[in-house]
Amino acid sequence: MHYQTDRKRAVGKGSAHSGAEHHWFMIVSSVALACMIPTWIYIFGNALGSGYEASLATMSRPFPAILTALVLIVGMLHFNKGGRVMIEDYTQGTTRKLLIMAYTGFSYVMIACGLFALVKIAL
Amino acid sequence: MVQFTLPKNSKIRTGKTWPKPTGATNVRAFKIYRWNPEDGENPRIDTYHLDMDKCGPMVLDALIKIKNEVDPTLTFRRSCREGICGSCAMNIGGINTLACIYGLDEVKGDVKIYPLPHMPVVKDLIPDLNLFYAQHASIMPWLETKTNRPEKEWKQSIEDRKKLDGLYECVMCASCSTACPSYWWNSDRYLGPAALLHAYRWIIDSRDEATPERLDALEDPFKLYRCHTIMNCTKTCPKGLNPAKSIAEIKKMLLNRHV
Repeated sequence: MHYQTDRKRAVGKGSAHSGAEHHWFMIVSSVALACMIPTWIYIFGNALGSGYEASLATMSRPFPAILTALVLIVGMLHFNKGGRVMIEDYTQGTTRKLLIMAYTGFSYVMIACGLFALVKIAL
Repeated sequence: MVQFTLPKNSKIRTGKTWPKPTGATNVRAFKIYRWNPEDGENPRIDTYHLDMDKCGPMVLDALIKIKNEVDPTLTFRRSCREGICGSCAMNIGGINTLACIYGLDEVKGDVKIYPLPHMPVVKDLIPDLNLFYAQHASIMPWLETKTNRPEKEWKQSIEDRKKLDGLYECVMCASCSTACPSYWWNSDRYLGPAALLHAYRWIIDSRDEATPERLDALEDPFKLYRCHTIMNCTKTCPKGLNPAKSIAEIKKMLLNRHV
């Protein structure tokens, strides 16, 4: 490692030919979340202050239920990909790989748990 | 990788305070980073005092005066003294800039001078820029053509030439790259704002025929996409250029290949 030329270090293993799709996904999901989150907060906020039965009734309606599912899925995928960039920024090697695995797993578990709870409430 | 503490042998200690010039009334203190790899000691901050009535207006003038009249061991790079060569880039009062075009009147209080941050130091204010230059070389900083016509000079319209304004002026001083946190943490894989500005300069050149290869080489989560638009590069550039915009333009071009 210490005897590598600077040019070899600079070139590294070459280009991964990826990154543009990640960049595009983050833009699209940001726009989607910017539209969905305020709507979801409005609906969920109203339901929150209206008692247990009324909340159940709200979340059983198609629009709030589908919106909640979308916020959950898109939000957690955005969270996953954004967090991965942070992990890549600040860690290296095996630590980086393990953290990415754990973080991705956590995101998917959150989606699964959220959808399970939503289905239980909505149906 | 990110580091929150300095290694033991890099911790800075207080150095020597040089005597004030006798009879001077307009004295200013300069606190300068010193490190000599040959003495085996930790880096230190030496304090020098200069009579500002007998000193030029720029930070480089003060450094040259210190070297000539106070301490000849002070080591720094300099050449053109007019912001063209990029040699005298250093961190002055917390800002990466060129000492030759940075006025002493722009710094309040004591003048604190360090080498460019987060780079290996060769000696005193001289950073090791070998990897930085190798990264620049890796983006193929030359006009790449594939056709052999015309056999004379390749013409460029006035409009196409204008696209190079704000790009060709870069003097490779490394102020931008060494101001970028992404470059601090991942300089082994992220090309940094200077190399990417130059990459865009060749991509956008109407005479260059290697745009696809250049974009292919840059499409990488680390080489390009480590830029998080922090914009320290644009803020610090002593030539007033905008590397962050160049990087954004490359990202847009890559996106247009996908979407």
